[in-house]
Amino acid sequence: MSRPLAIEPVAARSSVRAGAQYATFFVDGLFFGVDVLEVQEILREQTMTPVPLAPAEVEGLINLRGQIVTALDMRRRLGLAPRNTATAAMNVVIHTGGGAVSLLVDEIGDVIETGAAALEPPPENLSPLTRDLIAGIFQLEERLLLLLDVDKTVQVTAAPAPGPAGV
Amino acid sequence: MDDLEVVREFIIESGENLSRLDNELVELEKRPDDPRLLASVFRTFHTIKGTCGFLGFPRLEALTHEAESVLSRLRSGEQKVSPDLISLILEVIDATRAHLAVIEATGADGADHHSRLIVRLKEAGAAQSGGASPPESPPQGGAAADPAAESASALSDSAIRVDVTLLDKLMNLVGELVLARNQVLQHQMRNEDASLSATSQRLNLITTELQEGVMKTRMQPIGVVWNKLPRLVRDISCSLGKQIRLDLLGAATELDKTIIEAIKDPLTHLVRNCCDHGIECPAAREIRGKPPTGRILLRAWHEGGLVMIEIRDDGAGLDPEALKQKAIATGHLRPDQAERLSAHEVSQLVFLPGLSTARAVTSVSGRGVGMDVVRCNIERIGGSVELNSRTGEGLCVRLKIPLTLAIIPGLVVSLADRCGPPRDGACPGMAFVIPQVNLVELVRLEGDTGQANMHRIRNSRVYRLRGQLLPVVDLREALGLPGADTPASVVNIVVVQAENRQFGLVVDGIQDTQEIVVKPLGKQLKGLDVYAGATIMGDGRVALILDVVGLGQRAAVLGDTGPHTGPESRTSPMLDRQRLLVFGAGRFARLAVPVSLVSRLEEFAPSDIESAGGRDVVQYRGGILPLVRLATLLDPGLPAIGAPEQSLEVIVIHDGDRGTGVVVDRILDIVEDEVSVRESAACAGILGSAVVGGRLVDLLDLRFVLEHGRFGARSTGGGETVLVVEPSGFARGLLRSGLEMAGYRVVEAASAPAALAALEKHPGAILAASLDLDPEGRESLMAAGRPLLALAADAGQQAGWSAAREGLEECQCKFDWEAMARSLKKLSAAVAGGREVPVSAGPGRS
Repeated sequence: MSRPLAIEPVAARSSVRAGAQYATFFVDGLFFGVDVLEVQEILREQTMTPVPLAPAEVEGLINLRGQIVTALDMRRRLGLAPRNTATAAMNVVIHTGGGAVSLLVDEIGDVIETGAAALEPPPENLSPLTRDLIAGIFQLEERLLLLLDVDKTVQVTAAPAPGPAGV
Repeated sequence: MDDLEVVREFIIESGENLSRLDNELVELEKRPDDPRLLASVFRTFHTIKGTCGFLGFPRLEALTHEAESVLSRLRSGEQKVSPDLISLILEVIDATRAHLAVIEATGADGADHHSRLIVRLKEAGAAQSGGASPPESPPQGGAAADPAAESASALSDSAIRVDVTLLDKLMNLVGELVLARNQVLQHQMRNEDASLSATSQRLNLITTELQEGVMKTRMQPIGVVWNKLPRLVRDISCSLGKQIRLDLLGAATELDKTIIEAIKDPLTHLVRNCCDHGIECPAAREIRGKPPTGRILLRAWHEGGLVMIEIRDDGAGLDPEALKQKAIATGHLRPDQAERLSAHEVSQLVFLPGLSTARAVTSVSGRGVGMDVVRCNIERIGGSVELNSRTGEGLCVRLKIPLTLAIIPGLVVSLADRCGPPRDGACPGMAFVIPQVNLVELVRLEGDTGQANMHRIRNSRVYRLRGQLLPVVDLREALGLPGADTPASVVNIVVVQAENRQFGLVVDGIQDTQEIVVKPLGKQLKGLDVYAGATIMGDGRVALILDVVGLGQRAAVLGDTGPHTGPESRTSPMLDRQRLLVFGAGRFARLAVPVSLVSRLEEFAPSDIESAGGRDVVQYRGGILPLVRLATLLDPGLPAIGAPEQSLEVIVIHDGDRGTGVVVDRILDIVEDEVSVRESAACAGILGSAVVGGRLVDLLDLRFVLEHGRFGARSTGGGETVLVVEPSGFARGLLRSGLEMAGYRVVEAASAPAALAALEKHPGAILAASLDLDPEGRESLMAAGRPLLALAADAGQQAGWSAAREGLEECQCKFDWEAMARSLKKLSAAVAGGREVPVSAGPGRS
């Protein structure tokens, strides 16, 4: 089984920035990090406008001071168990080439520096959906930090679905 | 840094000056003796030359100096303005532009010495001035001494240059302010605070004014685009050996800058088309009896919040035959389809991709990329393109363009929340915005009476709106949301229009119209064609803007929406389409009549049916409606059914002021499709069969049916003979039915020669000729000297028609029976003196 080739250059690019700091967050117990420079802001739960017919990963749209931002549910994006509706999701708003996108996560962690830890390729036994979105893994002392491949994570496309049944 | 800034200023200013020069030179060619024009041209070159010297661009300086010398001789009268000279100076302008582009890119003088141009300029000077008098050096500081120059500079002092990105940013901020204002206003309505109320009123006014002001800063006169056209037309007409005059009206009409940018290429393309395809060579024009100089007229004006731009030429117009041949050759059309196209539909063929009727590929046009791109570009900015062609007389293209894109009026509708998983209690439903341009009307159905008009035909719903069947889409269903548990007592239908067709959208609530700021959706949602964008409502929530075209296609009420439907189906024009009402009666499972002939659909309870004169009738709208049972009429062997137990489905056909109810077993569907008729009438009452939507239907002969529903003859006509000249067999059959019903004797002819032959047998006939005939045919019919009723395919074609012979010609839309009857009456009265007294065909109206 060959690994997707595209991971290599992205992982390389992410690890290049020396002394990078990572904003961290939890999704279903997994510990993720993204480069702080990619993060625009962190927000509490926002009023969400659902988008009918949108891909399942799209939770809805939020109004970020007049800017309309698409919110992606990270649990669904990673194929994980749905969030307990009682707990409010946090918004991690990140810059992307196509405007800001908000990632809905369970909990926000600290901003950390990985120091000497080296970025390692994701292990083969991760679920394919998760592994695909991970640029690499840092082995920290107490836990593993999964470096999220932001570009891939926000690549959710809505295909023009065929008309409703019975046409 | 200063130097760079100066150079940048110089390039921008020179760019503007040069585009003005283009026009001034073309003008100068027409008015060679205008000293002010000449002075202005001279001054512009002088300024560029002077600045080049100052900034150290010697090569450009040398070129402009030489041009200036030539102009100086023109100014002093030593030399005369000639087209060659103007062309040469225009070349210099192009070279200067190219040189400036190099300077802009590199910051240094270009490498080109322009030696050849300079030599030609010198030669031009020597040839005409007749002597070798060296070019005198122009007066220094001439620009400042000129009073006209001073007034021009005073004008430029009151204006400053602003970066467009700054304006865009301001525009965004104003958009935000508008939203914040809306929120304040909503808040204020819930509060009784007097001072807040006063302040928010002021905020409201100021914001509105600010919004208008900022919108204005982005406005530019359309003349900015038009400026390039005189030069374009001149160049093309020179290269093609044509004489073309270009008139521009309404150059001050203002449009948003983004829209100006977007219409620049389509406009240029259209004007090129006019020059190349439209306007004929002087010789050809004279043969047709037109002045040798062709005329192109561009007009722009504001109308109802839109900008209308009209490009009109007096050239050859579209050649319907060539268009058809080309469309057949490129495989867009089958020959049998081509025969049945109306003139309007033929003109729509130019929008097919890859269609060009220019015989030769010239440098100007004829490569077949054209009108489809024009239409695509115009529609992308929410505009539309209309064509009105009169073969031999010219073409008029009309563009309807919105003023701005950023803020649009829209109707806010809502779906009450019945969503599954409750999210923290508050779930106030969903708001959607329907752009005002798509809105037609709002219908509110209360109680049973209104909803009785809602029907389900197979899986789709239709609503009878004033007798017209309107396809209805439940927004909730279309968006894949969980349906309503119980049918609502009140149904709101928003009638929307897209691609010239209407459908109804069922929503839970209709709120308000609002000016909304359109914001794009993120790329994760780009593929969803049911949304045009999103906006922020007064309460700060996000609302989705519905894309009516996408929604209609998704719900399969627009176009052919099979699973394979791609975006291309949106742009292809509707060819030879007919809307047919399909129904069943007796052993005829699928019968059809054109929807245009159906005035209403009704349902009558068995108790409503009474008997009068041995026939079934119902009282209907204060009159008596005779009923014809189609099943027994078409199949006389069928035993007459006793009193029906269920209510009757009735198609009401109106003929003048009087109707007939056709009782059918079931209404099946309304289909819109290409109708390919197989003209074989298997039995009385059936015109023929056709394949519609892949299934066979029998086309009902309404004449036959109505004859049976009639109490004695009622006729507007007095038995005169009408010669129907109509290429399409289907339309001919319908015309015959209608006219015979109105009391005329009808003779049919498919073409002009056939009609002329028929006229010999029926010399007193009134002609009723389709405008779809070729122009030669029409001419020959007019030459026959008989009164003529021209039959237009639609209102547009009717509007484009004009009478050549006063009193002997009328024009009406096909199948508009009442208007046709009026016109026929008028025509027969007009000639009554010169012919036998009309014989009445039957007793008067009972």
